[in-house]
Amino acid sequence: MVEVFRHDIIIVGGGGAGLRAAIAVAEADPSLSCAVVSKVYPMRSHTVSAEGGAAAVARDDDSLEMHGYDTVKGSDFLGDQDVIKYFVEQAPKELSQLERWGCPFSRNEDGTVATRAFGGMTTKRTWYAADKIGFHMLHTLFQTSMQHESIVRYDEHFVTKLLVDGGQVRGVVALDIRTGNIKAILANAVIITTGGGGKVFPFTTNGMIKTGDGMALAYRAGVALKDMEFVQYHPTGLPGTGILITEATRGEGGHLKNSEGERFLVDYDYGVGTKAELGPRDMISRAIVQEIRAGRGVKGAYGEYVNLDLTHLGAEKLNSRLPFVLELARTYIGVDPVHQPIPVRPVVHYMMGGIDTDITAGTSMPGLYAAGEVACGSLNGANRLGSNSLTECLVFGARAGEEAVRFIAGSDGGNESVLQDQASEDADRIEQLRGRQKGGEKISQIRRELNKSLEEGCGVYRQQESMAPAVAEVAALRGRVSDLKLEDESRVFNTELIAALELINMVDVAETVAVSALQRKESRGAHTCEDFPHRDDQNYLYHTLCYFDPAGPRIDKKDVTLGTWEPEERKY
Amino acid sequence: MTTRRKFVVTRFDPDKDEVPKTQEYEIECQDDWKVLDAINFIKDEVDSTISHRWSCRMAVCGSCGMMVDGEPKLTCKTALDSYGDTVEIEPLANFPVVKDLVVELEGFMGKFQQVKPWIMNAKEEAEKKAASTMKEGTYRQSAEELMAFKQFSMCINCMLCYSACPVVSNEPDFLGPAAIALGHRYNMDTRDGGQDERNQIFREEGTVFSCSYANECSEVCPKGVDPAAAVNQAKFNAVIDWATGLVVSRPAPQGDE
Repeated sequence: MVEVFRHDIIIVGGGGAGLRAAIAVAEADPSLSCAVVSKVYPMRSHTVSAEGGAAAVARDDDSLEMHGYDTVKGSDFLGDQDVIKYFVEQAPKELSQLERWGCPFSRNEDGTVATRAFGGMTTKRTWYAADKIGFHMLHTLFQTSMQHESIVRYDEHFVTKLLVDGGQVRGVVALDIRTGNIKAILANAVIITTGGGGKVFPFTTNGMIKTGDGMALAYRAGVALKDMEFVQYHPTGLPGTGILITEATRGEGGHLKNSEGERFLVDYDYGVGTKAELGPRDMISRAIVQEIRAGRGVKGAYGEYVNLDLTHLGAEKLNSRLPFVLELARTYIGVDPVHQPIPVRPVVHYMMGGIDTDITAGTSMPGLYAAGEVACGSLNGANRLGSNSLTECLVFGARAGEEAVRFIAGSDGGNESVLQDQASEDADRIEQLRGRQKGGEKISQIRRELNKSLEEGCGVYRQQESMAPAVAEVAALRGRVSDLKLEDESRVFNTELIAALELINMVDVAETVAVSALQRKESRGAHTCEDFPHRDDQNYLYHTLCYFDPAGPRIDKKDVTLGTWEPEERKY
Repeated sequence: MTTRRKFVVTRFDPDKDEVPKTQEYEIECQDDWKVLDAINFIKDEVDSTISHRWSCRMAVCGSCGMMVDGEPKLTCKTALDSYGDTVEIEPLANFPVVKDLVVELEGFMGKFQQVKPWIMNAKEEAEKKAASTMKEGTYRQSAEELMAFKQFSMCINCMLCYSACPVVSNEPDFLGPAAIALGHRYNMDTRDGGQDERNQIFREEGTVFSCSYANECSEVCPKGVDPAAAVNQAKFNAVIDWATGLVVSRPAPQGDE
């Protein structure tokens, strides 16, 4: 029996983008009932882990034009320039508002909000709260959202399906994790803000919850996933755990050094010029891999790494600017950055790709919006600049909320019995999966194999002959994931069932990554194909669209919006 | 390097069990593991029916609080090598149990909302909102002003403090350390104008004056928030505010002309 609930707008995901969207809806019209459906309590959302800061023009020596150009260049000219212009214009307003909502930003001596340097940014435009901007942003948004009575939360509800009637989205099916009950939650607009899917890789900064759920929901409903081949490796993760060590370490003056103690970004030509450690992430991750290949890595229990040296910054600066980095290094790798360098290596961090959205955060499906990492509005193109993503959550979360409010004004309720039937069908699917003893495949085994295929096929450096097997292997896993064996038959808080549903999502998302990567025979941004080492604007200046098809993903293309900045060689 | 350890884990399925029971698992543990790594290993490889919450594994999402050998711990931050051959894992004390190691958060979420944790009555809000540049659109705050509340803004809502608090264990409705610290955090923020409302809440029964100064909350806090200090400051401010209110709001004498 499926219970039916009705709201005006549903937001799936309670992180930075989702909460910003919810507040936008509540502020636009407090009479609208806005549901926030999240598989975790909002303050557990992965926005919480962001460290370095959020970008917006703030200083007299900066301009919107400069932020725009930096972002386009960082994107390796795959960013849509209309979207980038809108983003940089909105960014200062959104961050100022976050400040007024109480975010404890770090300050200059005169009491104004301080900004720091970040990779690929010409000047200091990254607003920060020591090194915990994600934590503070998430908690500020969550706490601010609590004053709006029109925001109704469905905490610990896992969305399993989008309800679609007549080509328009009409709601979602959600599994109440607490009770095991299936709910049909209906509304005339749905905003997906579930974040990325880094857990398809084995070595990632992402938390356990980042399984690409929202991407898979939209994909299976027929909406394209765009530019999925572009996966960002952050240069500095802790070996073993993959825990993020923020780029702010370099923004504050930290150095990357090889086993010889050389600042290799200065001593060798990796294309980052005088930016050195403040080059963009794709280039620095490649440089680290090259150093290790050249025999200048440091050997460790979890593979070779390079050193991130902060010792020259002094205890006082580290304590005030980078206290979380100190805590993480001391707790998780037994290193005190005041006195010792931190071992680091490139780690999967962020998906530039996602649900194909436009400047309004809208998708090809009427009523369906997406914002934040789950979306690909083509702000980030082939490589995102650090500190643009939190601002992206705010700018496009707000836009999605506002657009959804406009959209539902002219919308009827949809055919409720059709939607209920769809929900019942999905309830049956989930019921059959729960405690499915007859299966032959183990969740942790499939997840391990999936991780291995992606890591080997779609790493920092890719080759045709590594990507092709990954495509085949993931396709095979798509078959095997339908034969999972589950042991837990309980209804209440059955995390094995959730893990199974997440794994099914991960396989779909992983397949779009591998298939999209294989077809792009050039090197651009984070997609570095060693068989085709150069960018090829002639043939590949397009967005990759990947559509679901029962027979296997189908690839299409979409034009890049240019107009202001002509593509040029990307050299720093 | 690995060490063999036995984990005694509390199991409870409300649909089957009247009372919680324990189950034992013996596994090889890597010496650099945190407690959470061991539980995840059991979940993935030994017994997939165990339920527990976790996500970030870097001590910031606040999901993975449990009792480890009888003490509330953030399991992703707690090194396994400081424990013996047998480690007891239980759900956080002072909370109703949902299943296995998962506790009920709804009561806590209600307390959280009760302190109105948002910027209220901001006087300059309207004019700031209209401004488009950072200089005009944001408040100024000195380093000292920031320091007055920053520490209390660091709470990750892991609820270890509720588990450790002797008052919570006797009076489940006690507002509790994290919620009071949060309300106090906003009271101490120069951008906020909601002190009167929150102090009124703090003067109600079951809030700051129920605290017995045990200081357990600050001792177990994995983020150095020091909720006990927040509770003490909040008590003081609530009293001062009340006393000042008496003086200021006393009706003016209505003498004859």
